[in-house]
Amino acid sequence: MADKISIRQVGKTFGYGAHQVEALKGVDLAIADNEFVTFVGASGCGKSTLLRIIGGLEWHSAGTLEVDGRPVDGPGADRAMVFQHYSLYPWLNVLENIKFSRQLRHGREDLTSADVEAAAGRADALLRLVGLSAAAAAWPNQLSGGMQQRVAIARALMGRPQVLLMDEPFGALDAQTREVMHDLILHVHKLEKPTIAFVTHDVEEAIYLADRVVLMAPRPGRIDSIYPVPLPAERDQDMKHSPEFLRLKKEILARIKDTSGMQTDQDMLDRLNLGGVPT
Amino acid sequence: MWAIRGPLSPRAYWVLAVLGLLVPLGLWWLAASGEGVNKVFMPSPLDVFNRLVTWYSEDDLLDDVWVSVWRVTAGFVLSAVIALPLGLLVGTFRPVQAFLEPLTDFIRYMPAVAFIPLVMLWVGIEESSKIAIIWIGTFFQMMLMMAEDVRRVPMAQIEAAQTMGATRSETLRLVIFQSAKPALMDTLRVTMGWAWTYLVVAELVAANSGLGYSILKAQRFLQTDKIFVGIILIGLIGLVMDQLFRLAHRKAFPWLYLRS
Ligand SMILES: Nc1ncnc2c1ncn2[C@@H]1O[C@H](COP(=O)(O)OP(=O)(O)OP(=O)(O)O)[C@@H](O)[C@H]1O
Ligand SMILES: [Mg+2]
Repeated sequence: MADKISIRQVGKTFGYGAHQVEALKGVDLAIADNEFVTFVGASGCGKSTLLRIIGGLEWHSAGTLEVDGRPVDGPGADRAMVFQHYSLYPWLNVLENIKFSRQLRHGREDLTSADVEAAAGRADALLRLVGLSAAAAAWPNQLSGGMQQRVAIARALMGRPQVLLMDEPFGALDAQTREVMHDLILHVHKLEKPTIAFVTHDVEEAIYLADRVVLMAPRPGRIDSIYPVPLPAERDQDMKHSPEFLRLKKEILARIKDTSGMQTDQDMLDRLNLGGVPT
Repeated sequence: MWAIRGPLSPRAYWVLAVLGLLVPLGLWWLAASGEGVNKVFMPSPLDVFNRLVTWYSEDDLLDDVWVSVWRVTAGFVLSAVIALPLGLLVGTFRPVQAFLEPLTDFIRYMPAVAFIPLVMLWVGIEESSKIAIIWIGTFFQMMLMMAEDVRRVPMAQIEAAQTMGATRSETLRLVIFQSAKPALMDTLRVTMGWAWTYLVVAELVAANSGLGYSILKAQRFLQTDKIFVGIILIGLIGLVMDQLFRLAHRKAFPWLYLRS
């Protein structure tokens, strides 16, 4: 299968002179068409930066980056992004938010009435897919966090992006809502066949969703290791208790801890306890 | 009742607001009715009211009000029409910001009064000169505040549009401007108030009508009660305009007022 995204020796430094931060160094990764890749790693290892570079929101300072064999220069409708923090437009209602890209010249290249109708149908279908038909006319600030994030996903899908970039999209949601969202996103992945790059802090989420889990390490930000997920393509929640799943989770967690450069200092903890409750 | 940012019933709000207006009025009355208080220093509320009536019946009160409203509005609208596009550009594009913001910051500290001789020299002493003074007093502040409003549009809103394929001008029109609109309207409301404070200054320039002019003339004839009328009228007109802006804000941006 041809590579959808190919990242070769990509590096990124922020700032100038003494304040320079090496956010990424020598990142190599090929992501296949319709692949679902998740990124985990200690805070500050450059996950968001890498995703933003793919999205064209940030320019890499070294290496090459191609999507569909073409070098990335700037953001484009083929690579939709879903952000951790709500980026809905508060002045548009839910349905108008989802249809936002129809206001853009790019989204209106199809001008036959059949196309227009198809777009309206798609917006409705997406609304139903994310379970918000009843809230079509609501303002975003009338919705809960989870509902807002579902709207953001529908909005990103509206333009049929080939690549979906998601940066901790469920970071602020409770565990139950997350599970619903996981199955939603897997469903979309199967149905629409986008290539998905997904950043998360939740290792369980990373394994459950992905074909491959990419583990990154900090200082400088780089890819440490890549774990193919040994689960059937068709996922269900029960697999989270399977031995392969648990083994992989343990392995990845241990590796994140090793690479994060932080360890629990038992002496320090003991000292904290001195003035407190006697043990 | 004294909970920090605690709720207050609409009734209690109105009672307190009316009290807040009546108490100073009562104090004023007391101060003016004391023994041996010279009317030139402190006219009573009744004197002021009588002056209002004679100003209306014997002089051209309505003309004065009208001409002042017109001058303030013209200067203000002229400011807004220029400040809005510039503010959008300054708040959006760093090179424009670097080029214009320090300059504007520099000019806005210059007192508008000091420009009067220059305005008379360049613009003349016609109607346009009064408008020019009000423009000088409001424009620079307004542009800086609008640029700040635009800069406060969340980056995630902008980036979301870009990853949906929005061009630069589409992002500016459909996201940045839309997102900043409520704040921009608030800025208009606040600067409208400032435009009124420059009225007296503006009518220093060879005017022969207007509220500001009347106040200045009354000073020459020691008609303290007329000064009071002029000041109070300017305050009332400002209050009405402010409330109209607030009402329009509620109507135009209903999603901001869902919970309160
Ligand atoms: N705009 C920026 N300017 C300067 N430094 C930046 C910028 N964005 C990121 N960095 C730095 O680059 C490094 C990587 O940041 P990044 O946000 O990509 O990490 P992350 O892996 O997403 O972290 P987290 O898990 O906390 O979200 C950090 O050291 C950060 O301080
Ligand atoms: Mg991040």
